[in-house]
Amino acid sequence: MSYIQNTDADRSEMRERIGVQSFDELLEPIPEALRMGGLLNLEPPLAEADLAGLFRELAAKNRPATSFASFLGGGIYDRHVPALVRYVTSRSEFYTSYTPYQAEVSQGTLQSIYEYQSLICRIMGMDVANASMYDGATALAEAVLMASGMKGGGAVLVPRALSPRYRAVLDTYATARAIEFREIPYTKEGTIDLERVKGALKEKTAAVILAQPNYFGLVEPARELADAVHGAGALLIACVDPVSCAILAPPGEYGADIAVGEGQSLGLPQSYGGPLLGFMATRTEYIRRMPGRLISGTVDLDGKRGYVMTLQTREQHIRREKATSNICTNEALCALSAAVYLTALGERGFRDVAEQSYAKSHTLYSMLAGTKGASLPFGRHFFQEFVVELPVAAEKFLGAAAKKGVLGGIPLGASFPELGGRAVLVAVTERRTRAEIELYRDLVAGKGAGR
Amino acid sequence: MSRTIFEKSKPGRRGYRIPDNDCPVERIDLPGMRTSPLGLPEMGEQDIVRHYVELAGKNYHVDKGIYPLGSCTMKYNPLVNEEVARLDGFTGLHPAQNDADAQGALELVWRLERALCEVTGMAAFTLQPAAGAHGELTGIMLARAYFADRGEKRKIVLIPDSAHGTNPASVAICGFTPKTIPSNERGLIDPRALEKEVTGETAVLMLTLPNTLGLFEREIAEIVRVVHAKGALVYMDGANMNALLGIVRPGDIGIDVMHINLHKTFSTPHGGGGPGSGPVGVAGPLVEYLPVPRVVEEKGVFRLSPDGPKSIGRVHPYLGNFNVFVKAYAYIRALGGAGLREVAENAILNANYLCARLKTTYDLKYQGPCMHEFVLSARNLKKFGVRATDVAKRLLDYGFHPPTVYFPLIVEEALMIEPVETESKEALDQYADALEKIAEEAEKSPEMLHEAPVTTPVRRLDEAVAARCPDLCGPGDLE
Repeated sequence: MSYIQNTDADRSEMRERIGVQSFDELLEPIPEALRMGGLLNLEPPLAEADLAGLFRELAAKNRPATSFASFLGGGIYDRHVPALVRYVTSRSEFYTSYTPYQAEVSQGTLQSIYEYQSLICRIMGMDVANASMYDGATALAEAVLMASGMKGGGAVLVPRALSPRYRAVLDTYATARAIEFREIPYTKEGTIDLERVKGALKEKTAAVILAQPNYFGLVEPARELADAVHGAGALLIACVDPVSCAILAPPGEYGADIAVGEGQSLGLPQSYGGPLLGFMATRTEYIRRMPGRLISGTVDLDGKRGYVMTLQTREQHIRREKATSNICTNEALCALSAAVYLTALGERGFRDVAEQSYAKSHTLYSMLAGTKGASLPFGRHFFQEFVVELPVAAEKFLGAAAKKGVLGGIPLGASFPELGGRAVLVAVTERRTRAEIELYRDLVAGKGAGR
Repeated sequence: MSRTIFEKSKPGRRGYRIPDNDCPVERIDLPGMRTSPLGLPEMGEQDIVRHYVELAGKNYHVDKGIYPLGSCTMKYNPLVNEEVARLDGFTGLHPAQNDADAQGALELVWRLERALCEVTGMAAFTLQPAAGAHGELTGIMLARAYFADRGEKRKIVLIPDSAHGTNPASVAICGFTPKTIPSNERGLIDPRALEKEVTGETAVLMLTLPNTLGLFEREIAEIVRVVHAKGALVYMDGANMNALLGIVRPGDIGIDVMHINLHKTFSTPHGGGGPGSGPVGVAGPLVEYLPVPRVVEEKGVFRLSPDGPKSIGRVHPYLGNFNVFVKAYAYIRALGGAGLREVAENAILNANYLCARLKTTYDLKYQGPCMHEFVLSARNLKKFGVRATDVAKRLLDYGFHPPTVYFPLIVEEALMIEPVETESKEALDQYADALEKIAEEAEKSPEMLHEAPVTTPVRRLDEAVAARCPDLCGPGDLE
């Protein structure tokens, strides 16, 4: 294949106009010794039909979660996605444009991001949201850098019941900036140990991270935590599942200073973990400390409403090393997906998603509570995900379940050895059916698992 | 102007319904329930389609016309790439699935890493960084780990004055101190001057190749020698790698760390500002610091290896922007070695041709030949009261996307033009014709340029009002 349109005749005319005999004359600035002798050693080119065949073969070597009854979560969820989302994001007016540097011919992108910002603000109950970050984990890392910068140092308290992947990304960023993390354990109920938080707050603390719900799916005492954090003069960073905000108090209601999280649930495919959508929102008074692009409404010369990128003096292309972050290209198309998804679902539909996820996960929880051999270490105060201790080793159960078309969850033993080798994190979204939930129960009960 | 989704909302409308609940529960019993409405809009599917079609009509995009935004490489995005990236076998994978269920995906990651190694001559790649700036951050973290491991405390990162703003910003986030080095009268780094700047305190020289003026650093071999002589590393911002495909491999000329942008060089769409992907490649001595997990192959079986005692850790919760990898790998397989060389040659030819057509109409401060892009100056129009921004806005009236303006900072009234290889000679000619005509208009009727644009959905927007009283969130009620 080639996507080049110049013909030999075009090239010849162009060389003539430039005033060179051969193309190689244009390479004059590159010393010959530095140039490649031959061609790159890559596989031979493919025609479109063969290329499509090759990729179908590669795709067929995967067994995607969407071909199972998937109870996998941990930050990425299997959800219903309206056809509208793919329709809009497949339009080349959106996907083949770039950062709206020329506002007059980018009003489509600009307005869609403005609407996305507004939607995130509403769900989070926060004043302002940026145009997006890469993913939930790096959004959290940026929130930590922002809070640490605002407070001029001090430790950051991190709950143990945070996604281990998020924790790993935080650690990478923190090493570079010498930020000190203090881990706060969870209680026997699986939620953050408030007494330990209060103890830790006696020393200089920049910020406290709240994971809502936490990695075990449990609802944290957000308001009590917020009061303790603010009482000590520290900032509260809420890392939240946006779907949970349809039924749980959003960060704005309990006074979070920065709200971040993963927006994959808002209309994005699981896609092996990328691209994702990090969102970030904060209070009006902290806007100038916030990283990332911001779109604002304004007026044109005729007084007509329009949108522009604003407060760019925070950003790298103006401030260079003094910028609030180095972020430039973000996840605009994923933010568009989220905006379309939320508009399609609307007030009632988005609540339906959250309520069904709650109902279905609690249905499975109740079934397992009555299943011999399964034990549930934590209580019923979870949103859509919970920890179950299986009668057998997690890997053994998951392997057997997969043979029956069920992805049974994420084994927790490696990251949380204190929970043991039989503990699994189970997510039940609105996509799971009663039949699939009953099958899961039967597999745990040892019926139909073929063991 | 288009009304917003909040203004178009009408209580009771629904755009999508999930299936009825077959597992009802009596009530939701959780501590700390939400007490306020969400405030989400309520619209029917048809009106939502119309809303976005209306917005789409206000965007300029590559499928509409030439988009020569300097340093952004706005090339054509092949349709087949979009098609294969949508296969359920790729989009439906959960990142916590077993390696056995993801063999095709792991193989693709492994093969793409190897293809990028071949293209750049680097020893190994990580695909985790989600964008170019994220790649820079990762690359500088790698350099930091490399020196920390050697017990060396080096603080300074040297950056030419022509560099993109992300370079110093990335360096600062990593706790290094960026130090600007001036370009010489040819727009290049002077190795003799550089030699005086490089000390035992210097960690990294961070350069862009070709640089943001579209020029190849003629003395790159000497530059690398000078930096290495003091034990420091050379980082290459590979945003402009499109010019070098199959011509120069950074690894062969001594580059230690680099990032590339899959959304520039390897044709994946820019998405209105992402998702991108900014893989980082390293030379042998830095491989052990790369992020984990790594994809490894044994006898045709692929798996994720968490091993890496000296790794900087994760920079992404999963493997990076996987769906972007699918498109970039499709591009590489479609083109092969000869095709990639053809990309670079035509990118260079197109840029030099457009430059030849325009360099007498506008000022060309740094003489070529250029690589994939060139930077003109509109300072010759200042005497008519016309500035680069006026030229850019007038181009909109001619139906074209303007170049990058006012960057790089070392060129007054800069117009940074990157035509890319997929544009035809006719498209370049039309663009040049428009720019020539605009230069005439600047002399004869400069007010026309100050008024421009007049044909776009909105006219020039008041950025000062936005900055003074930002309106970042739609109205709080749905009335």
